[in-house]
Parts: sequence; C-alpha cells; structure tokens
Amino acid sequence: MMKNMAIRVEGLRKVYADVVAVDGATFEVHRGEVFGLLGPNGAGKTTILECLEGLRQPDDGHLDVMGVDPSRNGRKLRNVIGVQLQTSGLPATMRVDEAMAFFCAYHGVAARYDLLDRLGLSEKRSSQFALLSVGQQRRLALALAIAHRPPVLFLDEPTAGLDVASRSELHLLIDELRVAGTTVVLATHDMAEAEKIAARVAILLGGRIVATGTPRELTATGEGYTKVSVRTEQSLLCRDGAHFPAVYRRNVLDDYTVYFSHDPAATVSAILHYLDEREDQLVDLRVERPSLEERFLEITST
Amino acid sequence: MIALFNHFAFEFKAGLRDSTLLLMNYLFPLVFYALMGLVMVQVNPPFAEALIPAMVIFATMASTLLGLPGPLVESREAGIYRSYKVNGVPALSIVLIPALTTSFHVLIVSTFIALTGKPLFGGALPVNWIAFVLITLLGVFTCTSLGALIGVVAGDSRSVVLLSQLVFLPSMLLGGLMVPLSLLPSSVHPFSLLLPAAHAMQAYTGFAYGQETVVAPLISALVLGISGLLSFGLAIHLFNWDSRNSSRRGHSLMALLVIVPYLIALVVLI
Repeated sequence: MMKNMAIRVEGLRKVYADVVAVDGATFEVHRGEVFGLLGPNGAGKTTILECLEGLRQPDDGHLDVMGVDPSRNGRKLRNVIGVQLQTSGLPATMRVDEAMAFFCAYHGVAARYDLLDRLGLSEKRSSQFALLSVGQQRRLALALAIAHRPPVLFLDEPTAGLDVASRSELHLLIDELRVAGTTVVLATHDMAEAEKIAARVAILLGGRIVATGTPRELTATGEGYTKVSVRTEQSLLCRDGAHFPAVYRRNVLDDYTVYFSHDPAATVSAILHYLDEREDQLVDLRVERPSLEERFLEITST
Repeated sequence: MIALFNHFAFEFKAGLRDSTLLLMNYLFPLVFYALMGLVMVQVNPPFAEALIPAMVIFATMASTLLGLPGPLVESREAGIYRSYKVNGVPALSIVLIPALTTSFHVLIVSTFIALTGKPLFGGALPVNWIAFVLITLLGVFTCTSLGALIGVVAGDSRSVVLLSQLVFLPSMLLGGLMVPLSLLPSSVHPFSLLLPAAHAMQAYTGFAYGQETVVAPLISALVLGISGLLSFGLAIHLFNWDSRNSSRRGHSLMALLVIVPYLIALVVLI
C-alpha cells in the first residue's frame, strides 16, 4: 500500500442471503483525509464500514486499513481504528466514567476523562448509560471511539440525534482530528454535513459506488447548472415569464424567480438589463452552485 | 490485567444494580430459602437433612440458569458485543467474566445459607465441610457453564426463558431437592439423572453428608465436572458477537453435546 494511503477497498462484495448489499465497491482514503460515504437507506454504507471494522466478512474483494487486513487480523485492527457504530450499545447499568475506564483499559491506555468534558458529558459522568439521552449516548460513543487516539476513525451517522450545538462541536472535533492526522471515514445521510467536513465523498446506490470525488467536483458535474434567484419590487419576473440566455429551467418560489443557468454571467447580465429597461428595482439577487444534496438527488433519481 | 479487573468489577456491580439480576442472585433464592426453612421443615421434618444442600443448589440454579443467560442474549441483541468487539474486548472475557461474577454472587448466598441453615431452621450440617465446599464449587462451575451456554445459543430473549426453564423446572421437581432421589419412583430416575441438580444432590449426600446414595457420588462428581467443562468449551466455541450476523463457528444444536456425559452415566448406571 502506498505510504499516504490509509484505507484501500478493492472490489468489495457482500451478499446477505439473496440480497447484494455491496457490489464491487472500490475506493481509497488518504491519510489525514475526511472521507464521506453517502447514499440512501440500504445503499451499503454501513456494510462497507462493518467490513472495514472487521465486524463482517466480505464475500469477495480486498480490504486494507493501515496495512491490516480487517478480516484476518482483528486484534491488530483494534489498535489502529476507532469506531462509532450506528447503534451504540453499552450495558444499561454501565456508568459514563466506567465505560471510559473499561474501554481504555482494553486498549491499554489511561482513561481519557478529558474527552467527557470536551463532549459535554462531564455532568453525566456518574449517570448510567440507559439514563442518557440519545445525543448523550452518541457523544459517549464518539468519546470512546477516539479515546485511544486511533489513526483511523469510522463514524456511522455521527450526528444522528444530536442538537445543533452538539453537531457544530462534533464538526469542530472532526476537523481537529483531521488536522492532527487522523483519517476519518463517515457514513451519513446528511449531505450538508458531508459537504462541510468531507474532503472527498463516494455516493453509493444499490451497493455500487456511482460517483466519487470532492464535493465541488461532484456538484460541478451532472447537469452543470447554477441557480440564479432574483427578487424585485414589482415581481415582474414572476409574472411575465421572460426568457434569458443559457437558462434551461425556471421556477417561482415565493417572491423569487429561480433560473437554472449553464452560463450564470450571461443570465445575470440579461436579467439586470431587462429589469433596468422596465424600471423594476432589484431587491435580492443570489447566484448559487448546486448543493451536494441536489447533485445527490439528481444521481439517485436516475 | 487492569482491563480484566475493570470488567470483573463492572459485571459484579451490574449483578447488584440490575433489578432482574439482583432478584435472581439474592432476593429469589433467599426468600425461597426462608420459606422452605420456615414451612417445609415444619411440614416435612426429614427435609431438614437436605435443607442446606438443596437450597445451595436452588440458589445456584436461580443465579446461573435464570439470571445469567438473559443478559447475555440481551447484550447481543442490543449490539453491546459489537461495541465490545470493535474496542478489543475478547470473546473469552465476555463469556468468562459474567460467569465468574455470577459464581461470586452464588457463593455469597451459598455461604449465607450454609452458615444460617442450622441456627435459623435446624438444617443438618455437613459432616465433611471440605467435600461440601468442593461440591459447591463444582456445582456452581457446572451450572454457570450451562447458563453461559444457554445464553450463547438462545436465539432471542423469549427462547432463553424457554431453554432455562427446560432445565430449571425439572430440576426442582425431579432433581432431589424437595424429595430425595431415593424416595422418587425408580421409573423417574433416568430423567432425574439427566439433570445437574440430581447429580449435585447425590454428590452432597454421599461425600458431604456421608449418607447412602442412589448413584455413586464419584460418578455424579465426574458427570458434573465433565459436563461443566463441555458446556464452557461449547459456550466459547459457539459464541456469536452479533444477532444480525448469523455466522458462528458451529451450529447451535452442537450445544446438545452437553448431555452426553449424563447419557453415558445413565448407560453405566443402568
């Protein structure tokens, strides 16, 4: 494996009874990179993560995590990965501080109580797991996953059940881990989250990877449009349905007229000229590239 | 070593914090012991002879067959073992440590019963205390291993109750706890001798109380020891991390091998 490569997945295939969960997935993750696995429910994200985590045996393909084959060397794998599972189960009566001491002891490191403070669990140190909210349970699972400072971190739906402040704190933490050299692989439904924190993403559909690249690369491909949203004092554009250069679709949303353009400069210039001629005053003008979510919907709907 | 100590300490505390485990480890056996001591000894005075060993076996079965398997299944269903696996907790610890802590709870209750049986209810004391302690340890080992095996092979929380009761209820009726094996009809003996409780009672009666037995106590002790080892080995071998991931090293019906020592003893004795 190349020196700067943390994870390599080559032709991964996993079948459950007669359902092909993952069909020939191939991708690489660089060291210190945040990599997102995106896809609708049942796309195979969790299965890929579970194969990389050594929780499931692949039916075919080759996996490599920091030079370790997850299906053959589970013990060595435990020291190089940290895992936040989609459903983070701990014994109901285990206290937060006990959980930290318990798992750190099995990893052979001192308990990282500082992480409990960092993740807002300091007041819950003596609480039993079953008495924590879903968000607190997710934060504890994350604290346990990073307590032994693993070089690779797998996060499965990390922000599910978290409030806005906790999500923001988690994104900061992931960024800190990335800066410190940790490779992060996250499976998520949240496109905005992936776009914000992932350097590269892979979009999965029906067990196959249908697109890979940086969020910017992915949003630049496809229909390749830019959204131009315009609001004017007299709402002239909403009413008269004027046509402008490079526009291939037009929507009206509240007081805004939204144009989907292949050449936003030409479109904006023509709109401004049109409004000037008819003495309608511009109130708001927004030019936006399509979001990853829109690109995702475009890919998954075809 | 620190990890194992932490794990042991947590599991031991869980046996007191969890209301179901507290019930099975302490409340159920001690209340039953008090009832048997107060009522049964009055109704049937010869029962005083068997009070202490019978109640020790009862406490052992309550903790190990009714208490231990449930949390093993629930933990697997709740994904706790998946969390354990990704954090490097070995399968051996997951089976061994709850078994050890359960044994610890049983020994606490057994000690209480052995020390209070005579002063509180006039129960007969063993004539050979060393044999009593050794048979108690052997019985606890056998039942704990069997409980762990039930927890490992039971598919879900409902089937664990069924499997546990499949051993527990016949043991209460036919194991010689309430009525000595020698007083049960001989046609029932083959069924009784398929139960660890019956062999434990025979071993207590022969070795610890120096009385006549239906089965040679050495054979009973051997059956207990071999079946305990077999149960524990099978529990480790058949351990499954994940209820959603059905790949295990052997079919769960392999657990039936545990009955082989009892069948061999039965063939030898009949």
